[in-house]
Amino acid sequence: MDASIKTSFKRQPAVGAPLPHDSAHLHVTGRASYTDDLPEPRNLLHVAVGMSSVAHAELVAMDLSKVLAAPGVVDVCIAQDIPGDNNFGPIIADDPIFATDLVQCVGQPVFAVAARTVDAARKAVRLARIDYREREAILDALTAVEKQSFVLPSETLIRGEPDAALKAAPHRLRRRVFLGGQDQFYLEGQIAMAVPQEDGCLTVYSSTQHPDEVQMMIAHATNRAAKDVTVICRRMGGAFGGKESQAALIACIAALASDKTARPCKLRLDRDDDMIMTGKRHDFVIDYDVGFDDNGLILGIDFELASRCGMSADLSGPVNDRAMFSCDNAYYLENVRILSHRCKTNTVSNTAFRGFGGPQGMFAIEYAIEDIARKLGKDPLQVRRRNFYGKDERNITHYQQRVDDNVIEEIFDRLLVSSDYEKRRREIRKFNDTSPILKRGIAMTPVKFGISFTNTLLNQAGALVHVYKDGTIQLNHGGTEMGQGLYIKVAQVVADEFQIDIDRIRITAADTSKVPNASATAASSGADMNGMAAKIAAAKIRLRLSEFAARHFSVAEAEVVFIDNRVFAGDKSLTFPELVQLAWADRVPLSATGFYKTPKINYDRTTFSGRPFFYFAYGAAVTEAVVDILTGENRTLRVDILHDCGDSLNPAIDRGQIEGGYVQGVGWLTAEELWWNDRGELGTHAPSTYKIPTCSDLAPDFRVELMQSHPNREDTIYRSKAVGEPPLMLALSAFHAIRDAIASDDCPLPDLQAPATPEAILRALLAAKHE
Amino acid sequence: MSDAATIRFLLDGEVIEIRDVDPTRTVLQYLREDLRRKGTKEGCAEGDCGACTVVVAELAANGSDVTIKAINSCIQFLPTLDGKELMTVESLAHGDELHPVQSAMVSQHGSQCGFCTPGFIMSLYALYETNPNPGRQEIDDALSGNLCRCTGYRPIIAAANEMYSATPAPRPDRSSALKRIQRNGSLCIEHDGRRFFAPVDANELAALLTQYPEATLLAGGTDVGLWVTKRHRELETVIYTGRVSELADVRVTDTQIDIGAAATLTDAVPVIVKHYPGLDEMFRRFASPPIRNAGTLGGNVANGSPIGDSMAALMVLDATLVLRLGVVEREIAINEFYHDYMVNDLQPGEFVARIWIPLPTDGALVRSQKWSKRFDQDISGVCTAYRLVLDAGRVASFRMACAGLAATVRRAEKTEAAIVGLPWTHELIESACEKLAEDYAPISDMRASADMRLLAVQNLLRRFFAETESGDTVTVYTYGRQH
Repeated sequence: MDASIKTSFKRQPAVGAPLPHDSAHLHVTGRASYTDDLPEPRNLLHVAVGMSSVAHAELVAMDLSKVLAAPGVVDVCIAQDIPGDNNFGPIIADDPIFATDLVQCVGQPVFAVAARTVDAARKAVRLARIDYREREAILDALTAVEKQSFVLPSETLIRGEPDAALKAAPHRLRRRVFLGGQDQFYLEGQIAMAVPQEDGCLTVYSSTQHPDEVQMMIAHATNRAAKDVTVICRRMGGAFGGKESQAALIACIAALASDKTARPCKLRLDRDDDMIMTGKRHDFVIDYDVGFDDNGLILGIDFELASRCGMSADLSGPVNDRAMFSCDNAYYLENVRILSHRCKTNTVSNTAFRGFGGPQGMFAIEYAIEDIARKLGKDPLQVRRRNFYGKDERNITHYQQRVDDNVIEEIFDRLLVSSDYEKRRREIRKFNDTSPILKRGIAMTPVKFGISFTNTLLNQAGALVHVYKDGTIQLNHGGTEMGQGLYIKVAQVVADEFQIDIDRIRITAADTSKVPNASATAASSGADMNGMAAKIAAAKIRLRLSEFAARHFSVAEAEVVFIDNRVFAGDKSLTFPELVQLAWADRVPLSATGFYKTPKINYDRTTFSGRPFFYFAYGAAVTEAVVDILTGENRTLRVDILHDCGDSLNPAIDRGQIEGGYVQGVGWLTAEELWWNDRGELGTHAPSTYKIPTCSDLAPDFRVELMQSHPNREDTIYRSKAVGEPPLMLALSAFHAIRDAIASDDCPLPDLQAPATPEAILRALLAAKHE
Repeated sequence: MSDAATIRFLLDGEVIEIRDVDPTRTVLQYLREDLRRKGTKEGCAEGDCGACTVVVAELAANGSDVTIKAINSCIQFLPTLDGKELMTVESLAHGDELHPVQSAMVSQHGSQCGFCTPGFIMSLYALYETNPNPGRQEIDDALSGNLCRCTGYRPIIAAANEMYSATPAPRPDRSSALKRIQRNGSLCIEHDGRRFFAPVDANELAALLTQYPEATLLAGGTDVGLWVTKRHRELETVIYTGRVSELADVRVTDTQIDIGAAATLTDAVPVIVKHYPGLDEMFRRFASPPIRNAGTLGGNVANGSPIGDSMAALMVLDATLVLRLGVVEREIAINEFYHDYMVNDLQPGEFVARIWIPLPTDGALVRSQKWSKRFDQDISGVCTAYRLVLDAGRVASFRMACAGLAATVRRAEKTEAAIVGLPWTHELIESACEKLAEDYAPISDMRASADMRLLAVQNLLRRFFAETESGDTVTVYTYGRQH
């Protein structure tokens, strides 16, 4: 058959197509099953958790008799009931599932109750009598630094001669800025259902980004081997990092209750309990001391970052490491010192949240850049450009990785034009001169975000592909679906590997019995790693099919081509299912695993140097905001984003990540205030008090573009780039647009804290008045 | 069991009859736990995230028109569905054929994790059925009670625009089916020694309250619902005002707006705002459509929260409350109604029957402002209201009231007294701001700090003054939309 006939069988590639989310039709009809929607075993019990009501205390006595006697209650679970390790800390074993003799934060689980209904369990937990002997509590990072209270030793990263550079610099600025945390506020709260199986095995349905870790933690806690625990997650109703390590706590409690009662047990946290009990984005106190020249070039900079880690280490080590790595954002820092404190406080243990320390590091440097520009009376844009990494020089990060894929200049060039930045900035200045109450501001900020787990060993993934006799496929990999569109992206890769329509592929739930030892779906790495692993698995099967077709039709292997749901072998042509049927009959194995490990990366944690990141993702945003300087109320008016996804696997999905990440970031920096009282009780533990953005907060003019024709320089899956986390940091432009709006000739450098709530803005304006 | 104890409503064309049920079981619990109908989600169990949104159709007061409203099923008690039609996310598609709302959400990539999506679908569906051509502000408003954490809303707004371009979905005749399930008389449920009454007229309501003076009076349930879902309280006797049609009306007489205490905010607010456009911003920011569709002005007033949004406006308008105990009615000025934190003038068994708001008088300027972290569906840090009459540049009359600054919503009496008769000038406002510090000693909590609350209310007064000077009420919210 000649080539022209083959080309008439042209199939639109799946990769690069803006396909809808694989579950979209299920989402909109209510047919998508989340963990709480799964069929419930008839003898299921429901679990509720009794939490510490004090921030720091010895547990003197606990009387659960009234709990046990409450209607519907079957049993209770306490630390002494745990046969194995009383720990769900992923890196360091300092996170008890149930407190033993010490409680270290309000909301720490102390016991659990299993009852016949959700209502009965939740009513019963309130009947516990717990006597505490209270100790002094440390509630904030600064007090922790003062008292040298740390979950992990402080770390320092130095490049060059920061002290000498600062001393010699013609200009110098120092500042302390407070940066608030953020609750993940996934719409589906934490949940797990443990179902006993024969011979001591346990199957756990968990809303988790990390089924493997849930499996291991349950195994350790219940004294099982990993082989006897299966963890399954088809989808989560959002996670954003909040179900990376925290899901293990919920699943362990469900498993322990199940073992104690010998019945299936489900724990679904009420929203308030969820927000009180589980960790959030770390809040930071940032001090910097920056020296610069007349053009705004940073000559030396000294950062001291104190993050509130809470009562345990959890993921605070790598979160704070990434904050240190991200203090450069897109700028070359020749002389820099970063001192990072990981503060131990009597508050809930903070954890992963989209960006994982990166946003906090970038917030620090962007604040410094803005200060420099404002001090010099320059457009911050010029100072940003002055400090960008170079292409051939000034291109080594402070952790010794060469930046060899730098596209930030191109992004700025394009966005500057498409957003009409300069003209609008002039126009805004004029507006502000004549508008006494409403003030507008504009800012353009870059993002450069390193892609890979900084812990090199986590950069591995597995996949499992089955081809059935009828030519349809089941696809499985270690990645989890939390809404980010990972499953459709990986399915697109597999569809193209076989050149078949995507509806021939059934995407299946993350399941530790199918792909073992999978890393968390985190660090934006889901599509990069699982896409590659699935491609490798599919390619193995395709190769076997090719070999078979060549043999069967007596043609060279090179003459076997897969096109448009068909296979051509020399002058023969048959459908994909026909070939599969023949191959099966010839006893060709039609199932394969794929394994991928990210190449080129290596990094020495002890010296903070090497190549922690496979590549960088870039983007930039221009945000214009308006602020009422009497009330501090504010609103974004126009947003222009240009973001680098490499060659996008699915531009519709990627656009969704960019838009959603940006808006989530704006929430973090403007409205989502976490408020604790002086007893360490969280006051903002429900949507009535914790305010994430709503529909009307979206700027009326919102323009998002994906950078075209910029394939990833590295050999990633179809030269795409990770997109989960980087766009969140585009929201720094919104914060600085607000700061730009409230800056004035009298106060060019307003002392604005984040989040820039109306109250924070009023405070900054009040401080400016008193200066 | 008698008909009077049977809850009867429509679901997917079927008449559902329920007997012997816990009367404070929520609609969401019923859907998810009893029917195992899992499309509707629980996100917060307090009516603030919208994941549980369902749509309810009911006969309008004229007995034949049908009104369609989105409500939060997580805080609605099951008996309140009596006589209505319930629609959930499962009700819309026919087999695999999606409703235009659903197909627009798919094609615009309006779902990511999908957990909020059923709620958005139902809010969009209510919009689809009630507004043929909404603008961005109407879309924002319709969706202000639905939180999405993934998309950033842009594709959902796009879906709201696209949903009208498909062939319109057929609209079933709901009216006749609804008529068939209307009851004669009241719903009276007893279950495990707990009672639920849904009287149909005010006399019966008054008699029941006299009989059960400790009963919980339930209107929209937007607060009472939380007593059950969050505080796990067991309510012994619940008396529901939602079927008392004579308390659900909104009338305008020659002198006043006369609002039945059971009228929903959705029904009452447009009438108030028509006469007092300066209250529009406050009422638009007052909760969300699902809450306003259930919640009542009477409930907001009777509940008497110090952070309630409506009362400051009612105080400066010198509204009158009609209270009823048994067969006795009395009138009380709202300014006299609140005694202390959550303590008001109601006697046991007495209830708020009506709210009378005087019609505007010439030359009075009325405005209410809300100050919160978020524009939509946020509880106020501070809420203000003013009524100002100027005469030749002097303050002929001035009333100001604030929520969020004291144990009750309260008038700023010292400030009012200090400025009456004086020229309405910048200097006067500055001295009034100092007086405000004598009127109020706010507290710090998660919504705002004491000092910033005071500064905010002073600045809000300054802002009100600036508006009277310029004749313009541009805020950051309206500015963005005109821009």
